[in-house]
Amino acid sequence: MHLIIGLLLLVITTVVVGEPRGGELYSAHCSACHGDTGGGGVGVPLSLPSFLDSVDDKFLRMTIRHGRPGRVMPAFSQLSDAQIDAIVRFIRSWSKEPAPEFSDEPIRGDAQHGKQLFASECADCHGEKGEGGRGTGVTFSRKRDLPITPPALNNPGFLAAASDEMIRHTLKTGRLGTPMDSFLADGLSEQDIDDLVSYVRSWEKQLPVTEKRAVTVAETTISVESPYTLKETIENLKDAIVSQNFILIREDTLEHGLVREGEEDPSEVILHFCNFKFLYEALAVDPRVGMFLPCQVTVTEVAGKVTVATINPLYLSRLFNNAELSEYCEKMHEVYALILEDATL
Amino acid sequence: MKHLPGVILFTLLLLPRPGIAEDMIMTRSVLAFPEAMLALQESIAAHGYTVSRVQRIDIGLTGMGYKTDKYRIVFAGKIDEIRELTDKAPQLTPYLPPKISIFAEGDQTILVTINPKRYAEIAGDAIAPVFFDRWESDLRSIFYDVNTAR
Ligand code: HEC
Ligand code: HEC
Repeated sequence: MHLIIGLLLLVITTVVVGEPRGGELYSAHCSACHGDTGGGGVGVPLSLPSFLDSVDDKFLRMTIRHGRPGRVMPAFSQLSDAQIDAIVRFIRSWSKEPAPEFSDEPIRGDAQHGKQLFASECADCHGEKGEGGRGTGVTFSRKRDLPITPPALNNPGFLAAASDEMIRHTLKTGRLGTPMDSFLADGLSEQDIDDLVSYVRSWEKQLPVTEKRAVTVAETTISVESPYTLKETIENLKDAIVSQNFILIREDTLEHGLVREGEEDPSEVILHFCNFKFLYEALAVDPRVGMFLPCQVTVTEVAGKVTVATINPLYLSRLFNNAELSEYCEKMHEVYALILEDATL
Repeated sequence: MKHLPGVILFTLLLLPRPGIAEDMIMTRSVLAFPEAMLALQESIAAHGYTVSRVQRIDIGLTGMGYKTDKYRIVFAGKIDEIRELTDKAPQLTPYLPPKISIFAEGDQTILVTINPKRYAEIAGDAIAPVFFDRWESDLRSIFYDVNTAR
């Protein structure tokens, strides 16, 4: 009997797992960034015909599997191959054209010449070393230089997913409806384009140092013991916050709003503060920075011992997969450390 | 030879850590900001959590002369759970109270939060993993509500 139920369950799960629904998976994993109909957002657009006609299914599958390290797009290592295939089929359903197919044959060109061309034709948008444009995807709510952020081309995720022929095709045809032009139309020769492909491919062997940063951090918080009383420490912190050019927003108990007034634990106090210029710039780099907001210092008193602590922005920063944001987190780390030091001196 | 394990550990730490999809929980609502915010607050309450504060980041920014769309931080928690965390895992205290970012994107709305699994790493052995599993599943359910609200 148990065996039958077990077998039955097995059949049911195989049916369910065997036919994952692409639309639902896309909605659960991708639409927050790429838009419910692929129009883009924190992520780049995926539904443009010029995009779908210039990438093969392998490119889509590999991009989902490996993500783009340091460029926001996460690696979906937890999805099964069947689930990824279902998402790819769903994305394909936005286009009437069949998926293009590209060969895996390497293209040989003069990478040195490609390097010169890249500096004059591509670096303005894709960055000097192919590190990609500032910011992410398509942001509607804030000012930006280009309507779509040029993707990073020196990225291990991109280089693993894209074949040489796919890159060549993109350079020849461009992506209509995006800032990416056809470079044949712009006057480059077929040979120039092959040289560019060789140069882009050469990055696969020398991955940028930026990918290796901000990973050595183990500390989850920054904290120091204060030689002062709770009250004195709070006053010191307020001064320190202002002297770092931040605006104090409020002082409150940690439990404020969670229990009735007067029942909060008075020995856990938080100070909220902000620097709006800094914040504005950080939001342009990653709209998800709200997870760092507002800046917060927590002061606690346990058995007469007063401790001041903040989150470690470098620890949180890893979760965002955004190399550009890491720079802001380093700055924030510095500010937090200075405020804590200042207040407990 | 005796130093080999140390060397290996060091190298592991230096390896790039790819962004993993499970680090953050995100969702999109096709609703405009005010309706999505309402759906969020309703679902938070329905799951037994209390909204303790809503920080209006956009107001601060526009007040300083910057142009921005709606952007708020919603703090929410359960007092018993927060007391358990601050008692047993004080290293988590600076990460509390828990929060969700909600911001407008055109005429739709995006929600983001840190996966509580990452807090489990900070808490170490002090708190049973099931605590964070439950928290994660509540958050996913709240996000699902907002995602499907019409
Ligand atoms: C956290 C936001 C985020 C999520 C979630 C996300 N992406 Fe992305 N995705 C991005 C960003 C940002 C880029 C552009 C990377 C760059 O600028 O280098 C991108 C790039 C891509 C690309 C390459 C586009 C191109 O022009 O080559 C594809 C394909 C893609 N994503 C598919 C997906 C799919 C499918 C999912 C869901 C399984 C997904 N993404 C989930 C943010 C995201
Ligand atoms: C005006 C800005 C601009 C210039 C100049 C430019 N690109 Fe692009 N490029 C973009 C944008 C934006 C995209 C993303 C298009 C999209 O969303 O589909 C892109 C996409 C690409 C892609 C596909 C990347 C991917 O992840 O799918 C490649 C490859 C590429 N560009 C290479 C180049 C090379 C090589 C040059 C120089 C010959 C160049 N681009 C010049 C803006 C630019």
